[in-house]
Amino acid sequence: MGKEPIIPRELSAKERASGFSEVVLGYTEEEAIREAGRCIQCKNPTCISGCPVEIDIKKFIYQITQKDYQSAYLTIREKNIFPSICGRVCPAEYQCRKACVLTKKDSPFASEQAINIHFLERFIGDYGMKHSFQIPGTPHPIRDARRVAVVGSGPAGLCCAGELARKGIKVVVFESLHKPGGVLRYGIPPFRLPQDVLDFEINYLKELGVEIIVNVVVGKTKTLDELFSEGFSCIFLGLGAGVPSFMKIPGENLCNIYSANEFLTRVNLMSAYKFPRFHTPINIGKHICVIGGGNTAMDAARVAVRLQKINNIPSDVTLLYRRTEVEMPARRLEIEHAKEEGVKFKFLVQPKGFIGNDRGFVEKIRSLECRLGEPDSSGRRRPVPIEGSDFELDCDSAVVAVGLKANQVLTSVTPGLKTDKWGDLEVDSDTMQTSIKNVYAGGDIVGGEGTVIEAMGMAKKASKAIIETLS
Amino acid sequence: MKIIEKKVLADYQDTKITKLVILSPDIARKALPGQFVVVMAKEESERIPLTVVESQDEKITLILQELGFSTKLLGSFNVKDSLYALAGPLGHPTEIKNYGHIILVGGGVGIAEIFPVAKALKKAGNNVISIIGARTKDLLILENELKENSDKLYICTDDGSYGTKAFTTDLLKQLLNDTRHPMPYTLVYAVGPIPMMKKVTEVTKEFSVKTMVSLNALMVDGTGMCGCCRATVGGEVKFSCIDGPEFDAHLVDWEELEKRNRIYIDKEKHICNLNKL
Repeated sequence: MGKEPIIPRELSAKERASGFSEVVLGYTEEEAIREAGRCIQCKNPTCISGCPVEIDIKKFIYQITQKDYQSAYLTIREKNIFPSICGRVCPAEYQCRKACVLTKKDSPFASEQAINIHFLERFIGDYGMKHSFQIPGTPHPIRDARRVAVVGSGPAGLCCAGELARKGIKVVVFESLHKPGGVLRYGIPPFRLPQDVLDFEINYLKELGVEIIVNVVVGKTKTLDELFSEGFSCIFLGLGAGVPSFMKIPGENLCNIYSANEFLTRVNLMSAYKFPRFHTPINIGKHICVIGGGNTAMDAARVAVRLQKINNIPSDVTLLYRRTEVEMPARRLEIEHAKEEGVKFKFLVQPKGFIGNDRGFVEKIRSLECRLGEPDSSGRRRPVPIEGSDFELDCDSAVVAVGLKANQVLTSVTPGLKTDKWGDLEVDSDTMQTSIKNVYAGGDIVGGEGTVIEAMGMAKKASKAIIETLS
Repeated sequence: MKIIEKKVLADYQDTKITKLVILSPDIARKALPGQFVVVMAKEESERIPLTVVESQDEKITLILQELGFSTKLLGSFNVKDSLYALAGPLGHPTEIKNYGHIILVGGGVGIAEIFPVAKALKKAGNNVISIIGARTKDLLILENELKENSDKLYICTDDGSYGTKAFTTDLLKQLLNDTRHPMPYTLVYAVGPIPMMKKVTEVTKEFSVKTMVSLNALMVDGTGMCGCCRATVGGEVKFSCIDGPEFDAHLVDWEELEKRNRIYIDKEKHICNLNKL
């Protein structure tokens, strides 16, 4: 292949660190056509198998080369109702791009040469948004009184709602927070997913007739039984992953140690970076440590860089990870962005404890160095702490991004709902139906933390089963 | 989410305690003693937890001490105003059963929080003794409500302007010390400022009486998502919002809670000054 991949324009590291503007600017039309032109249109495309919702990638890329953007939009939307979101947040290098024939064999993630499918998807999504393209499969009129309740308005819930609404089914989405979007709102920062893109996709659902009710904590405000007795025929649970895990090391409850969820929620959902105009506070350290190696850790570190910049604090954000860069589960692009923005990476480090002052505020983090041992069940080499390698770092603010556990608020009050040993919901893998008839589930509450598009894949499966049940 | 009744219950020097009755049929139908709601006054507001003091006929009652910026903002709302967001009821309700002889201790605005518990426990057949206290007479709230729902009510003020000049914990100790009978109390339930709850814990430990407290940790979502409200209880990290808000007082790490509740004290002063509150 003589043609080099087209890298979309980005804000410079300097420009972006001073605010929450979107970093990746996306393709121009000309760039999109050139990138699409790199696709060799395989006879038997492998990329589609890498997409959890099986977008006809080959087809929409071909349509871009023909400048038939309306058709490309329809091709994507047929399988994925949120192209502008997925084009931004999908870990394409582990999914479609990894499956692209241009990725070198046995590579842990997509090669650079692989077609930038996600950027093309985003181009089409944004193009459609800008030009108000007609939504494919004009919604059927709401045909009868059968209604479906969707619990949670994150990727799984919104996707399920959209799929059902497209078939003319009346859907009511219940969200526990005061704004819809779930992790797309509270977790993913605006510099990766601008709020207006999210709002656009949510408004599209509303136009389809989806009703979204915020401030309802299902399990507390209403039980599943009550939803059924209110006349809902089926319920879809897209509860999300829920409760943040901590490391269980000494000093972890010192002040200014945040879970990534708390840190990101304060900033993204509650706009703490606009304090005091917005009233939710956040304490911004001079030496911020972020612990973890996933996308959430990367988001937290990059938010931390911006908070320091906005407050004229010299940048000092360090990310601590137990393994090395290659084992990091985060998206490669996010790792690169974090580096460009000045996040310092310390690999092979295992935190051992935090040390605070007499007012209970964290001042230092103590860690052990690690080496890589034998591969563990995930196939990644296990970090082995080295005895006596203790060292301390200044740390007056820390963000713990080491994963989430299932939230039990609903399951604990719904005895019929079967969960596995992690507290996640057990479902039929074909229909996504839970142990309760007509109650379906998808997203992180099934099988633990996954990606936005995986959640949508499950939601689509469930919506299909729900449609069958209702017809 | 509309405010349909507002009443200033106490107003003394710079302390104000305000009662808001809010229309919220879904929450009113569900709320049980001990549970709380998360409130946002305006779109730019914080999410703050407040105990549901009463719930009936589609309405819930909240009682707040106008202490920090967000409570002062809420206190500035009037009848017919609507809150931006209200979610609940959250947390586990109080375990209501017949314990026998119990003592409830309420300090300051904490009196509002023991009131629904007193009512429910009295109804469940308990012999309810309540101790309520405030800094001064003008700050004492819900005296009649507690009187109606207690078999015996003790009142104290720090300055002696009403009731006994004492702290609630002094009266508690006297009750537990009363050696005329075998000590009959099987439960002490206390809500108030952290120093008071801490002191209650010390007193009841001495007598080995089971003691429950409702923690007033800082929160964001109130549904277990963020861990802001984490507290160490019996050596384990618990989230006040989903594991509590009530815990065994003898197991709570009070010092940690006290420090964590002061995380934003500087920011709080700043935003209050800025808004001349």
